Amino acid sequence: MGATVFLPQALQADSGGVAKVDIPLGDGGTLPLSGVLDELASRHPRLNQRIRDEQGRLRRFVNVYVDSDECRALSGLDTPVTNGSEVRVMPSVAGG
Amino acid sequence: MAYLLVIGTRKGLFTARSDDRKRWEVDGPHRLDPVDFANMMGSYAVGIDPHTRRILVGSESSHFGPSVWFSDDLGATWQEPKEQPIAFPPDTDTSFTRVWQFAFTDKPGVVYAGVEPHGLFRSTDGGESYEIVRALYDHPHRPEWMPGAGGAAIHTILPGRVTANGTDPHAMTVAMSTGGVYRTVDDGASWTPVNKGIRAGFQPDEYPEFNQCVHKVAVASDGVFFLQNHHGVYRTEDPAAGWTSIADGLPSDFGFAMVAHPHVPGTVLNFPVISQEVHLPADHKLRAFRTDDGGGSWRSVSAGLPTDPYYGIVLRDAACTDGADVPGFYFGTRSGDVFATTDESAEWQQVVGHLPDVLCVRAVEV
Repeated sequence: MGATVFLPQALQADSGGVAKVDIPLGDGGTLPLSGVLDELASRHPRLNQRIRDEQGRLRRFVNVYVDSDECRALSGLDTPVTNGSEVRVMPSVAGG
Repeated sequence: MAYLLVIGTRKGLFTARSDDRKRWEVDGPHRLDPVDFANMMGSYAVGIDPHTRRILVGSESSHFGPSVWFSDDLGATWQEPKEQPIAFPPDTDTSFTRVWQFAFTDKPGVVYAGVEPHGLFRSTDGGESYEIVRALYDHPHRPEWMPGAGGAAIHTILPGRVTANGTDPHAMTVAMSTGGVYRTVDDGASWTPVNKGIRAGFQPDEYPEFNQCVHKVAVASDGVFFLQNHHGVYRTEDPAAGWTSIADGLPSDFGFAMVAHPHVPGTVLNFPVISQEVHLPADHKLRAFRTDDGGGSWRSVSAGLPTDPYYGIVLRDAACTDGADVPGFYFGTRSGDVFATTDESAEWQQVVGHLPDVLCVRAVEV
């Protein structure tokens, strides 16, 4: 068991072309969102710089949903991710 | 002989090629990344390595952040380093926003990047990975450096140059907005402000030791420094001794770009802007001004440029020379027009029009 991270098409060049990545959550069955993203980064290093800056902060116009809620409305990168959770990385509606 | 012009815009990277610098074949926006998000990135900095002809591009995605791309085949294909190439150390709690300028040195492979927020980074592998120049980051003046309208950035890097009296591999001059001009003579271990005579009209003390909003510094072929300030145009043979105004004869002392002739001393191009409040071309005319006597006098060198009212200015890195024996000069505007001329022609030709805002141009003989 674990969680699944879904990636937008714009980031799939940095994920080896895959749209989703299964992340094991270990014996406890839970990880903070930052830990899930760390695991994602260890597999696909360049993904990390697209989603977070070098200080580990989420980029301003990248939204990360844990199940149905954007993480900033929860506990941010400390939001717990549990077995069966779906994590969706999505570019925000921004730009011009 | 052929010429390559690399054009960074607010929405992607373009190139233009020419055999005669009159007729240009334009290509772009280039696909830096196999997925389209990178192709619409702002390309804020372009550098062309004089040793290898490697092209470096500092681009920034509004969603997915900044990076550095490079091409070793004159723009046909592009690569990005596997790891984030420029990153502030963890203890700084500072995040890299974008590259503002690449600068190459006499030593092959050694490249500097001036970045936002105020930072200077050094690469020894041709621009694929960088380490921060820590002493400049840790400078005690740093808390007082402020962002200009464009951001808090080191935008000018002059390796080897601290006076007109030759070059020194252990020396360097940088300029930032705001912050002003700083120099090192000990390989970056210590940095000294060299801003005497440069006005900072936006604060009560108009002639401070540092914190001027310098827009660009160019070095002429004889080593003399020419500076476009946030109101004020200056020159000096020794920044540590002070700067002298050379603004008389220009329609405005505000502007961003400054380009020195690669071979003829005292010859510099300038692109006047109305004022700090009105970032439009002086008199609403697209004009280049040239001095051939070190700033003693200026004349318009604008043959071939549009004569209708014009509203796109030339940004600080959106003008350059190709450095050829008969040099070409190039500039782009925020209206998306790019122009080229040569010393022989003395008339500007339009390379391309209607691009997104031109942020930077760099050219080379290939």
